[in-house]
Amino acid sequence: MATYQEFIQQNEDRDGIRCSWNLWPSSRLEATRLVVPVSCLYTPLKERPDLPPVQYEPVLCSRANCKAVLNPLCQVDFRAKIWACNFCFQRNSFPPSYAGISEVNQPAELMPQFSTIEYIVQRGPPTPLIFLYVVDTCLEEEDLQALKESLQMSLSLLPPNALVGLITFGRMVQVHELSCEGIAKSFVFRGTKELSPKQIQEMLGLMKPATSGQQGKPLAPHDAAASCRFLQPVQAVDMNLTDLLGELQRDPWPVPQGKRPLRSTGIALSIAIGLLEGTFPNTGARVMLFTGGPPTQGPGMVVGDELKTPIRSWHDIQKDNARHLKKATKYYETLSNRAAVNGHSVDIYACALDQTGLLEMKCLANLTGGHIVMGDSFNTSLFKQTFQRVFSKDYNGEFRMAFGGTLEVKTSRELKVSGAIGPCVSLNSKGPCVSDNEMGVGGTCQWKICSLTPATTLAMYFEVVNQHNAPVPQGGRGAVQFVTQYQHSNTQRRIRVTTIARNWADAQSQIQHIESSFDQEASAVLMARLGVFRAESEEGPDVLRWLDRQLIRLCQKFGQFSKDDPNSFKLSESLSLYPQFMFHLRRSPFLQVFNNSPDESSYYRHHFVRQDLTQSLIMIQPILYSYSFYGPPEPVLLDSSSILPDRILLMDTFFQLVIFHGETIAQWRKAGYQEMPEYENFKQLLQAPLDDAQEILQTRFPMPRYVDTEHGGSQARFLLSKVNPSQTHNNLYAWGQESGAPILTDDVSLQVFMDHLKKLAVSSSA
Amino acid sequence: MRVRDELRMNVNQQPHMASPYGQPQPGYQGYPQPGYGGGHVPSGYPAQYAPYNGPGSAYQQGPPQGMRGPPTSGAPPVSGAQNYSQFGQGETQNGPPPMGAPPQRPPVSQPYTPAVVNLSGPQPPYDQQFGAPPVSMQQMTNQMASMQVGSTAPSPAGPGYAPPSVSQAPISSAYSPAAPHTFSLTSTAPTQPPPTEAMAQVPPRSYYGAPPPAQQPFPNAAPPFSSTGPTQPQAPPPVSQQSFSQVPPVSQPPFSTAMPPGPTQSYGGPLPPTQPSFPRPPPPTSQLSNFPGGPPPTSTPSQLPGGMLPQPPVSQPSPYHSVPPPNTTGFPPQVGAPPRPPPAGMQGPPMASQGPLMAQANHVPPSQPGMPPSPINAGLSGPPPQPGMQGYPPQQNGAFGQVRGPQPGYAGPYSGQPNYGPPPAAPAPAPAAPKRLDPDSIPSPIQVIEDDKANKGSEPFTTGVRGQAPPLVTTKFQARDQGNASPRYIRCTAYNVPCNADMAKQSQVPLAAVIKPLATLPPDESPPYLVDHGESGPIRCNRCKAYMCPYMQFIEGGRRFQCGFCSCVTEVPPHYFQHLDHTGKRVDCYDRPELSMGSYEFMATVDYCKNNKIPQPPAFIFLIDVSYNAVKNGMVGIVCQELKTLLDYLPRQNPDVDSNIRVGFVTYNKVLHFYNVKASLAQPQMMVVSDVADMFVPLLDGFLVNVSESRMVIESLLDQIPEMFADTRETETVFGPVIQAGLEALKAADCAGKLFVFHSSLPIAEAPGKLKNREDKKLVGTDKEKSLFQPQVSFYNTLAKECVAQGCCVDLFIFPNQYVDVATLGVVPTSTGGSIYKYTYFQSSTDQERFLNDLRRDVQKPMGFDAVMRVRTSTGIRATDFFGSFYMSNTTDVELAGLDCDKTVTVEFRHDDKLSEETGALMQCAVLYTSCNGQRRLRIHNMAVNCCSQLADLYRNCETDTIINFFVKYAYRSVLSSPTKNVRDSLVNQCAQILACYRKNCASPSSAGQLILPECMKLLPVYLNCVLKSDVLQPGADVSLDDRAYLRQLVSAMDVAESHVFFYPRLLPLQQLDVESMSLPVAVRDSEERLSRGGVYLLENGLNIFLWVGANAQQELLQNIFGTTAFSQIDPGMTSLPALDNPFSKRLKEIIESVRAQRSRYMKLMVVKQEDKLELIFKHFLVEDKSNNGGASYVDFLCHMHKEIRQLLS
Repeated sequence: MATYQEFIQQNEDRDGIRCSWNLWPSSRLEATRLVVPVSCLYTPLKERPDLPPVQYEPVLCSRANCKAVLNPLCQVDFRAKIWACNFCFQRNSFPPSYAGISEVNQPAELMPQFSTIEYIVQRGPPTPLIFLYVVDTCLEEEDLQALKESLQMSLSLLPPNALVGLITFGRMVQVHELSCEGIAKSFVFRGTKELSPKQIQEMLGLMKPATSGQQGKPLAPHDAAASCRFLQPVQAVDMNLTDLLGELQRDPWPVPQGKRPLRSTGIALSIAIGLLEGTFPNTGARVMLFTGGPPTQGPGMVVGDELKTPIRSWHDIQKDNARHLKKATKYYETLSNRAAVNGHSVDIYACALDQTGLLEMKCLANLTGGHIVMGDSFNTSLFKQTFQRVFSKDYNGEFRMAFGGTLEVKTSRELKVSGAIGPCVSLNSKGPCVSDNEMGVGGTCQWKICSLTPATTLAMYFEVVNQHNAPVPQGGRGAVQFVTQYQHSNTQRRIRVTTIARNWADAQSQIQHIESSFDQEASAVLMARLGVFRAESEEGPDVLRWLDRQLIRLCQKFGQFSKDDPNSFKLSESLSLYPQFMFHLRRSPFLQVFNNSPDESSYYRHHFVRQDLTQSLIMIQPILYSYSFYGPPEPVLLDSSSILPDRILLMDTFFQLVIFHGETIAQWRKAGYQEMPEYENFKQLLQAPLDDAQEILQTRFPMPRYVDTEHGGSQARFLLSKVNPSQTHNNLYAWGQESGAPILTDDVSLQVFMDHLKKLAVSSSA
Repeated sequence: MRVRDELRMNVNQQPHMASPYGQPQPGYQGYPQPGYGGGHVPSGYPAQYAPYNGPGSAYQQGPPQGMRGPPTSGAPPVSGAQNYSQFGQGETQNGPPPMGAPPQRPPVSQPYTPAVVNLSGPQPPYDQQFGAPPVSMQQMTNQMASMQVGSTAPSPAGPGYAPPSVSQAPISSAYSPAAPHTFSLTSTAPTQPPPTEAMAQVPPRSYYGAPPPAQQPFPNAAPPFSSTGPTQPQAPPPVSQQSFSQVPPVSQPPFSTAMPPGPTQSYGGPLPPTQPSFPRPPPPTSQLSNFPGGPPPTSTPSQLPGGMLPQPPVSQPSPYHSVPPPNTTGFPPQVGAPPRPPPAGMQGPPMASQGPLMAQANHVPPSQPGMPPSPINAGLSGPPPQPGMQGYPPQQNGAFGQVRGPQPGYAGPYSGQPNYGPPPAAPAPAPAAPKRLDPDSIPSPIQVIEDDKANKGSEPFTTGVRGQAPPLVTTKFQARDQGNASPRYIRCTAYNVPCNADMAKQSQVPLAAVIKPLATLPPDESPPYLVDHGESGPIRCNRCKAYMCPYMQFIEGGRRFQCGFCSCVTEVPPHYFQHLDHTGKRVDCYDRPELSMGSYEFMATVDYCKNNKIPQPPAFIFLIDVSYNAVKNGMVGIVCQELKTLLDYLPRQNPDVDSNIRVGFVTYNKVLHFYNVKASLAQPQMMVVSDVADMFVPLLDGFLVNVSESRMVIESLLDQIPEMFADTRETETVFGPVIQAGLEALKAADCAGKLFVFHSSLPIAEAPGKLKNREDKKLVGTDKEKSLFQPQVSFYNTLAKECVAQGCCVDLFIFPNQYVDVATLGVVPTSTGGSIYKYTYFQSSTDQERFLNDLRRDVQKPMGFDAVMRVRTSTGIRATDFFGSFYMSNTTDVELAGLDCDKTVTVEFRHDDKLSEETGALMQCAVLYTSCNGQRRLRIHNMAVNCCSQLADLYRNCETDTIINFFVKYAYRSVLSSPTKNVRDSLVNQCAQILACYRKNCASPSSAGQLILPECMKLLPVYLNCVLKSDVLQPGADVSLDDRAYLRQLVSAMDVAESHVFFYPRLLPLQQLDVESMSLPVAVRDSEERLSRGGVYLLENGLNIFLWVGANAQQELLQNIFGTTAFSQIDPGMTSLPALDNPFSKRLKEIIESVRAQRSRYMKLMVVKQEDKLELIFKHFLVEDKSNNGGASYVDFLCHMHKEIRQLLS
């Protein structure tokens, strides 16, 4: 039965949900023994062109601590006009507007195909989107110019009614007033002095004398007079801002020899967040930080301005030799939380050859749903196109972004929610369905996701409540409801409700069913997220050991083997790929810091914990395509044996797109055969991977690094570092094969890994 | 004979004489006032008396008798009135004049004329008056007599003057009250009289009846001056001059004659009426004359008699009677009174006080003797002259006329002086009596000034002669540098320094130099030469580091030089070697400015630069308040508009090249707005800094720019600033952060510079340096008053220190509508070598011109930055104290963030060892500064003065103006730590000691009752009095704390010329303006009684110009000036005169312009109509009169001084 495959696919298409198990064990003990927790990947804003939002309010369960939304799983008494909540079993009467319902006249939310439904609701006046640019001016002239152009260009991409603001920083921080005619006016702040939000608002003149007395409450968000100076509708200040950006100068303060420019990123962000906090709390807003280097002064400083002291490396961090790390991280965390509370997200666009302090600043984006884009220069297509893509539009011509989301999870009584991993913060909402056992961001049933895209995916982890001696009765279904409220990019408030249900199964009697309901892709990603989440706070080796142990336990649980006979070990099809994912995950930059800077690690992890399943899998195990004269392009093993002289390889690691020309192909290309009419086919061969790459580039966010290299080229390292080192300098001649390329590494190959795994799995001592 | 002698003596002293004449003239003018004064006079007297009362009582006894006699003359007064009729006119005029001027002038002028003539010789201007003086002694006496008469007249005047006499009468009853009244009434008249009265005070009371006489006495007192003339003869010339009393003796004969009679008569007449004022005055005069004449006890009376006597001589009894009142009024104020007091044994003390006056007179005497007497005479003769007076009132002519009459009187006055002498001997009044009363007037500043002009103005002043006092600051002269710094750079209090500390302590004469290192020179004097000693820098003494100067003695054939300061021998560097000639001078001596000049400049090397780095060119930063008030009163618009053109005139070294001073702009209210005016921008950019708690500069590149490069952007900015803030509602301002901002900008740019802060209100916004309104008038006069002068927070002191360290000079322009706490706001400007300009209730229509001119000058004036001044002295003395706008972090280096051409530093020296008469005392003032184009330079001023072992030498070679400058600065600093009363007392005390020391050690033996003033210091009392009653030390109720703090800070950096005119304003009688001549009319004394109802006067004190229009001003005059003949049509609100097509108007405008050009600040013109409300303000500047705030009149004060001196001597 391709059933589970189909079922999984169908569910994903409809609800944006991938569960680790599609049958749920009926007791907590059994759930624990399954190793991979009952969990799911949920993409709240999964694009559903076929799902028109309904224009009315959802019907809620009347029980105060339930408030579940009417859904297809509810039992409905059409005659009595009563429905029973499937979570708390409260019986509710329909609101008057549902008077006309009957079996044949059901509202959408009762139809099974609308297990995911979106409501458009009226909640206060619509508030325009807000984009606050925070621009580093300590850039090279070329970079700054490119950045200015990108920013100017972006103005045309913004919704015309969106409010836009500009803060520039270098040694000082300037908040630009956009409404003034004639003289360009800006408020300037010292880059070294930390200011309280209240001070910032006072200094910006945002405090109204009358309201300032109100117990420090933030100002009414629609105080147009106060805020309009800094945040103006794009359509009104388009010209102004374009000019302003055009006149933007590099930071005028001289940078002495041997020093880094003084960059007040910390204060700039604090002011940006303070500004929004004071003017538009709880309104969708993006703070977009464009920085070309690490913060070098003031709070949030990552490295001193002495060039002779390099920015911290993993080595320094492990040796506890990173002076500013903790302080800066704490500072940015505080900022992030403030921003998150107010529903503002922070993007970081960091383009520099060296690190820019993403490690310290990552929480800004991670906690607020912002983007992190890392590049070498603003003057690269990587940045330019990525930035452009931030403002891409969907099939409806609407921006692929949403703001101020809150995700609430409701579970049926047998389940509790342990936590979530993704670009969210806890709202600390304790409900009956909150588990004490935290996984990821737990202790709550509500999370705030300040900024969402259709790809934003959260991993949700659950716990089965029932004890082993009182398992869930068979035949029942566990249900989970996800209620996501958010501000659509067209400023509508919307609520998307997804309700899923899975059957309970007794793990002892129905272990085969449970095994076959295993979604190894989702599980790999869910486990990877757990691993990455742990890696943020734990030492790398510990995480790897934990992952290994989980894998071994899983293999022991589901593998078929004779004790102590590794060769007898077998895994069913539903688990067959899982060890391989784990092998690549162990080698991935998400868990390995070797050869990665702290910034890079943070960057990779940032994206890993928010992308949907497909992208996540690519990140874990890059895809390799091979192009040759011998047939159509085909996916090949991510293995060194796939590297052949007469092939062109296209590798997609999500972050990089590598086109690798085999030795022979490279020679041909160098000889210029592709220019000759008689070798048109060669030209086509060369072109094919380029076209495919373009296709990927078109859709990927952020734009991957695009690498076109060949055998022996320096950039071939991108490929060589990813492939399974089945052939190394150690075993090359032992294998005696001529195909493939040896990888100069001491890393173990998949083969070795699997051998060990089998050995450990079957070991009776384990 | 004596008279002649005296005259001669006077003649000798002529210069002084001249001044007296000058006074007389004023007197005439005064007379007009007298008319007014009439009433005032009396009051004036009382006031004066009041102070003296104590003594007065004593006098009273004496005087009363005699006085009373005169009082009876009260009736006479009436007659006197007639007589006075002259005076009467005089009175009318006299009324005022009598007080101060009349006596001198009237009597003097004519009477003096003769005498004067001799004297006058030198002094053309006075001629007229002097013309009379020629009559000289006799005339003098006559005048004196007349004066006395006048004095008597005053009493009579009472009738004539009704008010005066009346007032006097009342006064007599209570001088003190009267005094006030008088002031209030016609301050002028009263004031004038009062002084005399003051002189007479003691007598007055007793005399009240006598007072009138007293007035006469005053005249006598005036005579004393004349007497001084005499004294001179008697005493060592200088001394004698100084000690009027002595002089009087000489003159006494005349005076006595004249005076006595006068007094008596006057008394008779005066007593009744004048009693208040007259009595006193009379006493003085009378004392002089009377006393002599009168019996000891009755000495006062006798004095009076004496006074009378003069009168008699004048034979003007009747006139006297009539006259007396007026005269008394007029005269009393004048010296007359003072002199007499001494004579009055009884009045002794008062007399003494008068004496002092006399003494002054004495000063006057030399030249003025005639004059003073004349005044008195005038007073006496007043009656006779009166006619003339009337005619002349305004002018001298009148005086002359009177003078003649008085002349006889003068004799009296003189005698009076002698009397004074006697008075001391008072008991031995007999002696006094024998001597004549000296109706001479008290020393007249005008006379002194004019004398000095006449004597020293014609030839260039060469600085080569050590110990030679330069011409007065009021004298136009050319200075030639022959080895000592020109007086334009350095003026010393004494040009003969006592050899040891004991002498210095004994004399109490302050040893100080007023140094104006970057003074601008007139076009006919060459600026200091620039010397470059090459890479190794200026050649200096190895030990004391003194710079190469003419005092370095080359020895050993030129291979070494010995330092003139510390005597250390230093090798001459090879590149500087030169052979010596047979006299031991270097052969190249005259080729090298540093070997032959007193002032020159060295190029400084990099060793002299901060951080051993060649400095950047300085920067100017304009910080403009754009709060509601500043915008509303138009300041913002005006500044911005003006800056557009003004920026083309930044200081530059080479006029052909653009200035390389960079400029920056900031506006602020409670936040600061910086402007990026980088040349490459199309529009300026504004950067708001609201973090005022922690000020910083938001930008570097583009903030300080070169004007020529960024012109377009700057203009655009200046156009837009007023628009941007036109609708501002912000009323709060900050101040501390503003200066911090400028400072930070300069720090960031690593250069020195100057901030121009245009500020409007008390900085109450939350920020460092926030201030509270602490204006509390109740504290005035209490021990806590000093706190009002102290900054209320220490923030600004710290800030100032930082500014100085960076070379950041701050100029503050304030436009307050209420209290802004100048005392605190001014801390930074005054510590950084900056200036404060204050425009209270600024209105663009009326104050714009003043502000703009100040601003222009302030921006354009040559200045140095980041300066350090060090004064080195030869062994034996040491610079111990410094006064001015600067900061000192140690005891020797004066640090000036900015030093402009107007800034003056007063340095006090003290002995720490003995000095040698041979080598004299040397000082070298070296100022290291950065010029406006960023060059580091050293300006050197050298000054050598003599050392003396005789006190007489010290007193002979000192400069009162400079001493006053020092005293003021000392006192104004003392108010920070002591109650103003203590400060005043100690000033009086020190002056008394100075004068007493002189009297004791230098003056020829004479009666203790004589006031003997050193010739060079005879104006000390009058100037000191001006200082004492200045707003800072003795404020009136209408003087705000801000004004006081402002003036205090302003004065602390004044040079001598400015402080002189500030404390003794220049009062020019325009009706005497000769349109054809380039010269100005001779000034008149600052007394209401010198003002003629028929005249128009110009008064300037360095801060304001007043055009006072008499109620009866000649129509032609009005037509010429205002284009209307109607007094009532003159708009008192006008700030500039209409441009009329007549020579007078043109000339007047020229004069006003030239006067303005002389001062460092633009003076706003105010038109004051007589008897208009504004006149109160104007009267404030008539400093010889009693002031509203309780300040004594000149005469009163002189009496008081005399008393003090006597106390010290006894």
